[in-house]
Order: sequence, then C-alpha cells, then structure tokens
Amino acid sequence: MKEENKILEFYKQFKKNKSALIGLYIVIVLIICALFAPFLAPADPLIQDLEQRLIPPMWAEGGSFAHILGTDDFGRDMLSRIIYGARISLMIGVISVSISLIIGTIMGASAGYYGGKVDLIVMRVVDIMLSIPAILLAIVIVSILGPDLFNAMIAIGIVGIPTFARIVRGSVLAEKEKEYVIASRVNGSSNFRLINKVILPNCATPIIVQATMGFASAVLEAAGLSFLGLGAQPPTPEWGAMLADSLQFITTASWMIVFPGIAIFLTVMGFNLVGDGLMDVLDPKMKDR
Amino acid sequence: MLLEVKNLKTEFFTDNGVITAVNDIDFSIEKGQTICIVGESGSGKSMTSLSIMGLIEEPGRVTQGEILFEGTDLLKYSQNQMRNIRGKDIAMIFQEPMSSLNPSYTVGYQIDEVLKLHQKELNKEQRRKRVVELFDEVGIPFPEDKYNEYPFKLSGGQRQRVMIAMAMACQPKLLIADEPTTALDVTIQAQVLDLMNDLKKKNGTSILFITHDLGVVAQMADIVVVMYKGCVVESASAKELFDDPRHPYTKALLNSIPVPGKVKRKSRLQTVDENVNYHDFPKEIR
Repeated sequence: MKEENKILEFYKQFKKNKSALIGLYIVIVLIICALFAPFLAPADPLIQDLEQRLIPPMWAEGGSFAHILGTDDFGRDMLSRIIYGARISLMIGVISVSISLIIGTIMGASAGYYGGKVDLIVMRVVDIMLSIPAILLAIVIVSILGPDLFNAMIAIGIVGIPTFARIVRGSVLAEKEKEYVIASRVNGSSNFRLINKVILPNCATPIIVQATMGFASAVLEAAGLSFLGLGAQPPTPEWGAMLADSLQFITTASWMIVFPGIAIFLTVMGFNLVGDGLMDVLDPKMKDR
Repeated sequence: MLLEVKNLKTEFFTDNGVITAVNDIDFSIEKGQTICIVGESGSGKSMTSLSIMGLIEEPGRVTQGEILFEGTDLLKYSQNQMRNIRGKDIAMIFQEPMSSLNPSYTVGYQIDEVLKLHQKELNKEQRRKRVVELFDEVGIPFPEDKYNEYPFKLSGGQRQRVMIAMAMACQPKLLIADEPTTALDVTIQAQVLDLMNDLKKKNGTSILFITHDLGVVAQMADIVVVMYKGCVVESASAKELFDDPRHPYTKALLNSIPVPGKVKRKSRLQTVDENVNYHDFPKEIR
C-alpha cells in the first residue's frame, strides 16, 4: 500500500466522526497559522503604536478594518498577536509532549516489561509525581529553573511524564503476556527488540491518543504558567501572557481578554476532539469497516 | 541423536512452596522422527517444551538434568547463544494462531523479520522471494497477495499455516509444536497435520509434538511419551502403545476415549480414576 493511500484511508475513517473532523479542522487551521504567521498576520505583533492603543474590534463602535480584532494597551494588533501566538502554543505542545512522551515511554516500558524491582522503583517515582498537583509541580520546576518560556516547556514536559509512564506500563503489561511476544522470543528476538519492535507498536494507540490529549493540556498549562508570569515573558505574544496583560482592562477593553481566551479554548478543544477521534480510527481491527 | 533430554527437572519456587512441573524425565528424538508428548492438562507437557527452549520464567528454573542438542548441553548456553539457536535450529508453533501473530505487522513482514535475524546473507529481495516461497509451500493461496495482509484478515487455519511457515523459515532441525491444532476445527486440523508431515519428509525436520488428543497422536507419532503429573509414565512406539499399553495410566487414558457406536445411551463415559496413585507403579515402563 502506498503512503498516500494510507493517509486518504485514514481521512475517510476520520470523516465518519463529525466532532473529530471539527477538531481536525481546528488543528489544521492552527498549524497553518503557526507555519505561515508572517504572511497571515496583518501587522508585526511586537510593534507598538501608542496612538492606536485600545481600539475595539472592527464590528464594535470605533473599530476599524485596519485592526480586525482591535489593539491592546500598547497599540499592538490583536489578530497578529493571536496568529503568532499559535506558533508559540504549538511549539510548547510539541516540545513538552515530546519530553513527556520519550521519558514516559522509556520509564513505562521498562517498568512493564522487566517488572519486579524496576517496576517498583519507577512506579513509586511516578506515584510521587502524581501526588503533587500538576500546575503546582510545574510552578516549582519553573521557579527552580527560572521563569522563561523554554523552562516552562521543560516543566510541563516533566509534569506529563507520569501519565505516559502509567499508560505505557499498562499496555506493555497487557501485551507482553500475549503469545506473539513469546513466539517472537522463540524466533530469537532480544529483550530490546521485543520491547521496541514487538510490544510497543501494539501499544501505539493509547500512546498516540494520550499525546494528542497531552498536547491540549500542555497548551493549557503553558497558558497558565504564562498567566502567572512564569512562562512567556512580555512582549512575547503568548496567549496566557496576553490574558495576564489584559486583566486590568477587563471592564474597559473586554476584547483583549476574550480573543486570547477563545484561542486557548479552541486549541484545547480541537486537540481533545482529535484525540477522541484517533482512539476510534487507530484500532487496526477497524480498518476495513 | 538430535535431542536427548536427561533427568530434566523444572521447578517453580512460589511463595506457597516448591512446585515440580517437570520431574526427572528422559526422552530422546532422532533425526526425522516425530515424538508426541501426551498427557492431561497440567502434566508438564508445555513446561517440558519451554525448558528445552530455555524460556522458563521466574520463579521457575530448571534445577537438574541435561538437554543435549546435537551433543551440546543447551542448559549451559548463555541467553545470547540461546537466541541464535531459537528460530534457527529449534523453532516452535503455538496453540493459539489467533494470538501468536503480531497484530501490528503484515504476516509477510513478520516472517521477513525471522529471516533477517538468522539468515543475514539474504538481501531484501531474496528474503521477499523466500517468504512467498514459504507461503506457497505451506499451502497459502495467492502467496504474493497474502504477503501484505494483516493477521486479523486471515482465518485460523491460514494463520496456523503462517505460523508453520515462520517456524520453517530457517529450516530448523527440530520443530516443537505445542498443541498446534487444538484451536482449529477438525478438517483444518487434518490439513495442518498433513502439512506438517509433508514438511517433515521434505526437510528431514524432527518434530516434538505436544497434544492431549490421542487421535492426533495416532496420525503423527513415531514414538509416544505419556506424561502424568510431571513424570514420564510410559514411552513406546505409537503402535505398541495403542496395541498394548503397559502402564495403568496409559490404559485408563486410552479407555477414556469414547468410541462412536460402542458407548451405550445414558451410560457414563469412562474417566481416568484419580484415586489411583499412578506414581506407585514402577517408574517408566518401556
């Protein structure tokens, strides 16, 4: 089967689930925004123009076509900042999910496969991490590393590790008892090969789904950290930071708080819907239906 | 002599004490021979085969004996050395063809992997050709097309054929078949047994066949080894065993097969009497 056919088939399956499709469109729009931000954004997100400050969106009284979603307290174009914000949010998602995915999978797979002492030690570490509220743990890590967007990504990545470790361990435990694993061992596979090539591909579905959902929570947590001033620093157009900036204008310039909020909401919802849809589509047994 | 098992003892050290799964058994297989191990569930048949493969997992251990494969003791081999033997010199087929193939890969790819591990001299195209050849050999229709099929698309019988193809990929000297036909219906069972006999004749492979189905034994075995609670109670040629069983357990086992037409309506079927201590009889009647 050719690669293109696979993608087409995948899309066909996906189309059957309406909400997942909406999620997929949201995600695609986000990715386009992130990739082509300089072409899509009407203005530079960092250029301040104090004469143009606090202009409402174009449909409100006093709004103009020059600033479709209005401007903030420094006269920066809101639409441009939100489009550039997609870039940052996706970067946060990719980097922090990669961190938790890689470390969590290694931890979970070795715990599940080797069992015994390895399992005991790894899972206790995971339990300890899970016993601390995620956002609190992230705050602690960021305050140790110093407030900065990249450190926030690391912190969110670390916070995500235990969920991955648990999911991977669970599926590895279920898979490793299956006969095809013994069959592969009988054919001369080494432990490393068994974990990587035999067991893990069969655990891919929950891992991919968790990665998608984790993406959403990473975006949300990053926004939270930035809101608290521990993530992206001004003037970076990060959605959470934009929310924080707009707090004092909540009664006078509500658009400043509404649009970044909507952006965060749509992103999180989009990734969660896609995650739900993936869960249905990725089951190999569903391929022919 | 291809394989000689001497005084083999496999024990499990559990929290509730030591359980002896295989208790001091001996048997041997010559080149090109089929040996059937029969016995009821829990008699240690499968543990014997796993001991030979070196696949007994914690808390189990082989505590005594020798497993001589072409004269060298497999128990002295390291895990790495065993890996080179597994799949290449000794291959194995399992009971459940449904679960013994990896659902994530196409069947062709899975056999390709075995070739990649053990026959490094073959390049990609040669391996593909060999896989298609193997599929053809085990009687899978349209072998070219089946290469790219996922296991869930094949029927039980076809999957078992794929398993046999995988086991025969490196032309092993010994094939261990652990109840390979139990999960198949009777017609498919007969086809698979025929196939195994054909391959045996063609490649000179010895087969260690584990089953509890005496009908299968009659069709396959040169030598029959009867196991009961971890011990070998009788081993004899198939003809001898069926014509003239010596050990009371073997007799009881043979008597428990219902013969169509001879079983009277509403009468009870013969069972193996568990109240007799079969271990009291002299160990191993040959």
